[in-house]
Amino acid sequence: MNSDLINNLYVFVLAGFIGFEVIRRVSPLLHTPLMSLTNALDAIAVVGAIVLVGENSGVPGAKSKLATILGTLAIIAATSNVVGGFLITDRMLKMFKVSNPKKP
Amino acid sequence: MTQPFATQTVIEVTYLVASVLFILSLKWLSAPTTARRGVRAGELGMLLAIAGTLLNRGIVDYKWIAIALVLGSIIGVPLGMVHMTAVPQRTALSHAFGAFCVTLVGTAEFYLRTPEVPRFTMAVLSMEVILGSLTFTGSLMAAGKLQEVLPQRPITYKGQNFVNLSLLAVAVGIAVYLVVHPAASQLFPVMLIIGLMFGVMMIVPIGGADMPTVISLLNSYAGLSAAAMGFVLDSKLLIIAGALDGSSGFILSVIMSKAMNRSFTNVLFGAFGQVQASAAAGHEARTVRTATAEEAAAILGAANTVVIVPGYGMAVAQAQHKVRELFDALTKRGVDVKFAIHPVAGRMPGHMNVLLAEADIPYDRLLDMDTINPEFPQVDVALIIGANDVTNPAARSDPSSPIYGMPILDVDKARTVMVIKRSMSPGFAGIDNDLYYLDKTLMLFGDAKAFVGNIVRELTGGSH
Repeated sequence: MNSDLINNLYVFVLAGFIGFEVIRRVSPLLHTPLMSLTNALDAIAVVGAIVLVGENSGVPGAKSKLATILGTLAIIAATSNVVGGFLITDRMLKMFKVSNPKKP
Repeated sequence: MTQPFATQTVIEVTYLVASVLFILSLKWLSAPTTARRGVRAGELGMLLAIAGTLLNRGIVDYKWIAIALVLGSIIGVPLGMVHMTAVPQRTALSHAFGAFCVTLVGTAEFYLRTPEVPRFTMAVLSMEVILGSLTFTGSLMAAGKLQEVLPQRPITYKGQNFVNLSLLAVAVGIAVYLVVHPAASQLFPVMLIIGLMFGVMMIVPIGGADMPTVISLLNSYAGLSAAAMGFVLDSKLLIIAGALDGSSGFILSVIMSKAMNRSFTNVLFGAFGQVQASAAAGHEARTVRTATAEEAAAILGAANTVVIVPGYGMAVAQAQHKVRELFDALTKRGVDVKFAIHPVAGRMPGHMNVLLAEADIPYDRLLDMDTINPEFPQVDVALIIGANDVTNPAARSDPSSPIYGMPILDVDKARTVMVIKRSMSPGFAGIDNDLYYLDKTLMLFGDAKAFVGNIVRELTGGSH
């Protein structure tokens, strides 16, 4: 448990640094798509909700029932972020074009 | 733990690949040429991770998972199809959804694990729930203000900061108590409710002009709460995604706060006071020079370089498509036209670029403040459409001005300045703009869309 915790802290700190270095380079042009994309990626929380529901639905007991209900709502919320987030990010990025010299 | 070794390994590998794809996704987003590849990478990573999760042997029943995935997708599609002007409130709403998910999972995990929760787990679980719940209601409030369902004016009262900080302190106090006594499960809902209340109270005093910073900050909180959830569930993939989102929101908050001249601590604690309205604005009648669309068209047509400074007022007037026609007409005449984008133009970071890109204005013509400012002395005409405070020279020269120190676009250094504006009323911060009274400034009074349309007509009707 303790070494797990330390490992996870390492992962968190290093991922934070990578995030900082990578995102610092994102052009201000694309800050809105950046936010909608990170939002979609953040919805990876859906995997936690899936496991929660899968392990508890159908299992007798009030706690499992609560976990199933909350988890199902959580999957709905996160999935809508996944679908909506990727969709709108791509729609925005599609609009960014360079000036085309082929003007008549 | 009960999983056969092989399946567990497969799941872990999909998570590892997904983590790599997520990082590549953000890396590719750095430039418009590779950005769409970034979206593909993110989608692939997400798909892999979800597919891997479904292999989990601990899952005994797929019914509710399937129903929820389908329902979520059905809700997600319209949220991905909103109009570009509505992207800020959509983003706020999706922060709320993300935080909602995290809060619910945290709550379920608590009740499944109580009365025996290891101390560290309880600590991160509390963090997950507090951050998640305040981000949930805070983002809903922000979305409401952006959608103009809620009043945009900041609502303040005496002792507000004290009340807010006390609320947060009580929530943290309960969290600490739960770490020591994880069996005290009756306290958990109290902590949750205080978190929800704090989210509302935090956004109440924040006005519309501060929304770009608020959205970025909520983005960061959403990421951190997801990372906390990763610690609770011992999921490195979640920790990585949360850390990426957290640092992204953090960087954007810092950029926004710099652009608004707010201090770093202000951002970290989310303590945005509203800008004090300048009380004694010396209202002696100063004269301005005005011009008609015809005169403006003649000056623009004769210029070599024109820089257009769009503000949110342009988007409100839905004038971006007319502006694009102006861009085309001037470009055809050989005028070099660029756009100067202040970091807080629009209602969220980068919003103005999206609105202009939607109107088919090529992105290599959109320049950020640091790039365009040194060029202004060589610019013939700076045309300001729906922007105000970000062009106010008082930010450079008048220490008594509420916006003093805020970085601005140096439009006053251009040879001629034109301002399209409905009337002489002041902007968001309620400050008079000295720019309008300069000898080189021409005021073009009227609706942005109609006025730009008239200029275009003059330019295209007159000659070839």
